[in-house]
Amino acid sequence: MTLLTQTNLVLIGTVLLGITAGLVGTFAYLRRQSLAGDVIAHSALPGLCLAFLITESRSVIVLLAGALITGVFGACMMAVLRRVSRLREDAVLGTVLSIAYGLGIALTRVIQNHYRDEQGADLESFIIGRAATMLVGDVVQIGIAAAACSFAVLLVFKEFKLLSFDESFCRIQGWPATGLDLLLMFLTAVTVIAGLPAVGVVLTAALLIIPAAAARFWTDRLSGMMWIAAFIGGVSGATGTLLSAKLNAMPTGPLVVLTAAAFFVVSWMFAPQRGWLWNRGASREELASAAEEIISGQQTSAAEAGT
Amino acid sequence: MTSSEPDDAILDIHDMTVAYDRRPVLWNIDLTLNKPGLTAIVGPNGAGKSTLIKAVMGLIPMASGRVTSWGRPVGEQLSRIGYVPQRESVDWDFPINVVDTVLMGTYGELGWFRRPKRRHRERAMQCLERVGMQKFAKRQIGQLSGGQQQRVFLARALAQQADLYFMDEPMAGVDATTERIIFELLKTLRDAGRTIVVVHHDLRTVKEYFDDVVLLNVRVVASGSVESTFTAEKLQATYGGRLSILDTMAEAVRMQRETR
Repeated sequence: MTLLTQTNLVLIGTVLLGITAGLVGTFAYLRRQSLAGDVIAHSALPGLCLAFLITESRSVIVLLAGALITGVFGACMMAVLRRVSRLREDAVLGTVLSIAYGLGIALTRVIQNHYRDEQGADLESFIIGRAATMLVGDVVQIGIAAAACSFAVLLVFKEFKLLSFDESFCRIQGWPATGLDLLLMFLTAVTVIAGLPAVGVVLTAALLIIPAAAARFWTDRLSGMMWIAAFIGGVSGATGTLLSAKLNAMPTGPLVVLTAAAFFVVSWMFAPQRGWLWNRGASREELASAAEEIISGQQTSAAEAGT
Repeated sequence: MTSSEPDDAILDIHDMTVAYDRRPVLWNIDLTLNKPGLTAIVGPNGAGKSTLIKAVMGLIPMASGRVTSWGRPVGEQLSRIGYVPQRESVDWDFPINVVDTVLMGTYGELGWFRRPKRRHRERAMQCLERVGMQKFAKRQIGQLSGGQQQRVFLARALAQQADLYFMDEPMAGVDATTERIIFELLKTLRDAGRTIVVVHHDLRTVKEYFDDVVLLNVRVVASGSVESTFTAEKLQATYGGRLSILDTMAEAVRMQRETR
């Protein structure tokens, strides 16, 4: 009797992925690079296809290596376009993303037509993920990538914190801000690519963004935000997987993301101090006592200045 | 600011030119600081004051020129240089509190991967006390007023324990209490042998606060001690006779005469 059922296997993979996406995604969020994850994911699709076309290998590692290369290339293209052209951030994002994704879809059709009778190429499954058919090898890969990315983030925590908060100050202290930015982008890319088999191209960026955004509502400390994001990511992964096991027709990827989205809505509504309900229309009494505090503060500093 | 051996100069800017979109923003800047003191950089909007500081510290590339500090390129002396940026450059919604912000001033000496220790935290609290913000240590920075935010940034620069400080309009838009606190602090630093270069926004207080002044408008119009440099005709040359500031200039010169 083995504990390693398919569900448990997928569970390990999605939980590890969720935790890492929370850790890395926190800094992507603060660095305003959340959508970069989306660009990387969409740019990964042509890479998957090209890797297959060139090597004719169905090994997931080979395919993901190709995905990583074009994914990183897409992110670099974004950075270059931002610097070199006068296009704005959102235009740059949309341009690179659409071109890459269009190219990727075209290539998947090419492959489908060419290898019509053979099974297993199945690159379209990377679009929404194929957690249900994940193998032990896939989970091991996810585990290694997740561990490496998480370790890296924790190692350069203070460097990333400084870079995200005040890039100029980071530079004048002598840190290699550009290098750190590239490192963050690379970690984002690895997290995204590692998640492809489980959650797919379209949704993997959501795991980077949503847990971090939800976590922001609960705390004003960066370390707190990071761990809460990791928690939300991990629990979303687990919940999505278990739900998918229960509801046979539903793929894991979308359910993981929907769970994360539910966390977000709950955080947005109910978080103390930063949530919507908390901040909805202060009563006159609350405003009066806050005004009293402000005014007496003004009187105190006026008295101090006068002395 | 006399010209002695550049090797000993605290800061030596030689022939610096900075361009943006094919236009010179700074042209042929030559400047040397030889002794500790409070130096103001003044000039009209668009004169390149902030650009000068940023280019010196390597945040903006120079089209030409060379900047050295204590005889070596500035990039090698960063551990001895502190910086207070303009308030707009920061993300105030960032999840960080006051004391953690000040703690960042110590990051430079920690090296890679290391976390701040207790003595660094103690130093951060001491710096907060010097600017009168210790009660706000755990507040998220977005919840502070403009003057309070400025003081936090100043505390962060103090935590750097630098010998040369660059400050970009530290007293702009702050309340009177904060302005007084900041200036007292700068005086203390100067008396302790530090050199502080301040982009200053208010001509009326230059004479009162600073030892030396640099009149900047794309090029250095004049530089030197406040007594010799902050004159009506040199201000006129710097500001190009813009009507909107004539009153300010007149008042500045009047206050200079009064405090003689």
